[in-house]
Amino acid sequence: MRVSDLPRPSPERLLRQVQAEESKRWGAKLKIFLGYAPGVGKTYRMLDEARRRHQRGEDVVVGALQGEQSEEVQALTQNLELIPPIQMTAGEVVDVTAILGRAPQVCVIDPLAMKNPEGSRNSYRWQDVQELLRNGISVLTSVNLLHVEEYKDKVQAITGKDTTETIPKSFLLAADDIVIVDVPPDLCLWRQGEKLTATGISNRQERKLSELRELALLLTAEVVDAQLESYVHAHGIEPVFGTHERFLICMTPHSNAPAMIESGKRNKERFQGELYAAYVCEPGQSRKDGAKIRRYFEAAEQAGAATEVLESDDPISAIVDFARQKRITQIFIGNSDHNSWRDRIFGDPVLRLIRAADGIDVRVFPH
Amino acid sequence: MPPDGNSARGILKIYLGYAAGVGKTFQMLVDAQAAAQRGADVCVAYFEPHARPDTIAQVQGLDILPHRKIDYRGKIFEEMNTEAVLRRKPQIALVDELAHTNIPGSERSKRWEDVQLLLNAGIEVWTTMNVQHIESLNDQIWQITGIQVRETVPDWVIRQAAEIVAVDVTPDALLNRLKRGAIYKPEMVQKALTGFFKGSNLGALRELALRQAAHEVDLRQSAYDASSAYQLPRVSEARQVGVADNQPKEHILIHITEEPSTAMLIRRGRRVADYLQGNCTAIFVHRTPQLTGLPVDEREAVEKHLRFARSLQIETRVISAPDIPRAVVEYARQNNVTQIFVAQSQTSLRERLKRRNFAENIVRLAQDLQVTVVADRSRRPAT
Repeated sequence: MRVSDLPRPSPERLLRQVQAEESKRWGAKLKIFLGYAPGVGKTYRMLDEARRRHQRGEDVVVGALQGEQSEEVQALTQNLELIPPIQMTAGEVVDVTAILGRAPQVCVIDPLAMKNPEGSRNSYRWQDVQELLRNGISVLTSVNLLHVEEYKDKVQAITGKDTTETIPKSFLLAADDIVIVDVPPDLCLWRQGEKLTATGISNRQERKLSELRELALLLTAEVVDAQLESYVHAHGIEPVFGTHERFLICMTPHSNAPAMIESGKRNKERFQGELYAAYVCEPGQSRKDGAKIRRYFEAAEQAGAATEVLESDDPISAIVDFARQKRITQIFIGNSDHNSWRDRIFGDPVLRLIRAADGIDVRVFPH
Repeated sequence: MPPDGNSARGILKIYLGYAAGVGKTFQMLVDAQAAAQRGADVCVAYFEPHARPDTIAQVQGLDILPHRKIDYRGKIFEEMNTEAVLRRKPQIALVDELAHTNIPGSERSKRWEDVQLLLNAGIEVWTTMNVQHIESLNDQIWQITGIQVRETVPDWVIRQAAEIVAVDVTPDALLNRLKRGAIYKPEMVQKALTGFFKGSNLGALRELALRQAAHEVDLRQSAYDASSAYQLPRVSEARQVGVADNQPKEHILIHITEEPSTAMLIRRGRRVADYLQGNCTAIFVHRTPQLTGLPVDEREAVEKHLRFARSLQIETRVISAPDIPRAVVEYARQNNVTQIFVAQSQTSLRERLKRRNFAENIVRLAQDLQVTVVADRSRRPAT
């Protein structure tokens, strides 16, 4: 498939591209270190990078640091210039004016998720970061999963910890670089002062942290996937298949759509994949079939599928083209109890799909 | 998992990365230094002698066991001295590069086999590997990179690990390390930049490694949940796990033929069965009364595929029947198979005339079963 055949990029992707290009014009990059809980060592990794960059001759300053630092962390920052935050009665805020005036190449702002005190230049610290980036200053920062708005409820349900300091997930998706700082739960707890246990999950606390760890790994994979997609579009190369399972259910009024939806949901969960459901609207569809398809669409959406109506007089090509656009790895199709005039002329549509779906698995469901 | 049942078996911990130079060995050594400080008896059983200066600095102070030197065709190669490690019997042994193939003449052909010996002796083993060495990902790796990875580790070995640690770094940082000459010697750098390290490869491999790590973490959670009364508090969109859902357990039947695409089919079937936490069986049907009645090349190819399936801990069945697709479908019906996996056959006119298109025939016959026709990804060249 050629890139010219690909659908127009979504507004989000265009936005991402514009953001990326704008900051690239100045060479400024945002790099975020993501952790699933305190104690994984995000700050250490981030400051170690700051130290190494400084050693290699980059102009690095520190604009904000979190709380009290351990000796190890202090050792990393001892040669770095600090631009102290402004102390206000309600808390501290990054001194954006001073940093812009100093105009370093790289600025460390840690942590990322902070609400600025009333009366600050920006309401949130992530907006301060955007301002630095817009002015050509690269930023190194770190964030905990709990502080990503879309994950807050999940993390709270598991750990009972709540926060009002959050950043939107879209901010992570727009970052130039994201790095996950992964450490097994037992070591994470040990660093928080707990007794060291055997390797692997051995108690409830570790089980809880393990859940957060999985979420953080998958979130990072999602960001990497979005970057990959932008790269593929920007460089006009073929989409990369096979990094991620993506299922597409072909809905027809005469197949066992509920079974396919049920299985699609299960597969989506198990593979942490994506689920799509598509229906090819052909001329001459009956009203009864239309009502059935609408019911199936509702069920598919409830199962977490993105639904799509395709219009074409060649359903097989329409499905295969859609599947390639979405980088589908497996197409679900149902055996039909109903033979149309088309099938009598062109042969069984299931077999035709199997032949056309070169490079994509086809799973045929019984009626 | 291989038979053991021995509670004194050593713990396995794997540092998983997505390319050379991401810092797996470095991270392992940092953790080992911390463990040694806590009083653990750590020894370095195998350490890549061409390591980077940063990494070499991290090994200082640890007990490094001498490698075994093996003369092969006039050149000296270094391998782990497994017997020496067994005699030394440390609490934790560090073994770099799990996927390594030993030089011919070694007792065992793969390093992961040596690691099994250490684990059996009750030694905790920490090791490193890259995602492209996972057996079941072999086809996807080919598809992404265009590179056929030969050194692989079976998935069941990875399943043995009590812990998988993801070692992550951005592709940009990795490329900088590469260009600074911190990963390969200068003459290798250009080759790497146009091969494995090119363009979108690194991003795709990285995504694969992160997803694999998440999956491994998930599997270990399921194992803990199955053995514990504890229920994790969940947000409303509850995730149904394992035995909790009322679906019958998946049972995948892989149809083996002599065609080369069978290897890919076996890997794909194994992987899907693992993710769905189901069973997996492979079947070969021959029309001749005896397997020995097949032409030699065909029989050898089939036997190779059967051995490969067994190495991935898939049960195999070999039966004789006059009609191959019918026999596969009947076996599936009688053995509560939920999905048949068949390879997309080459649909040349000649083959269709010979009515040898197993995939289509099985789909036609098994109208009461799920059939997955697995695409031959090896025919899609990578970009």
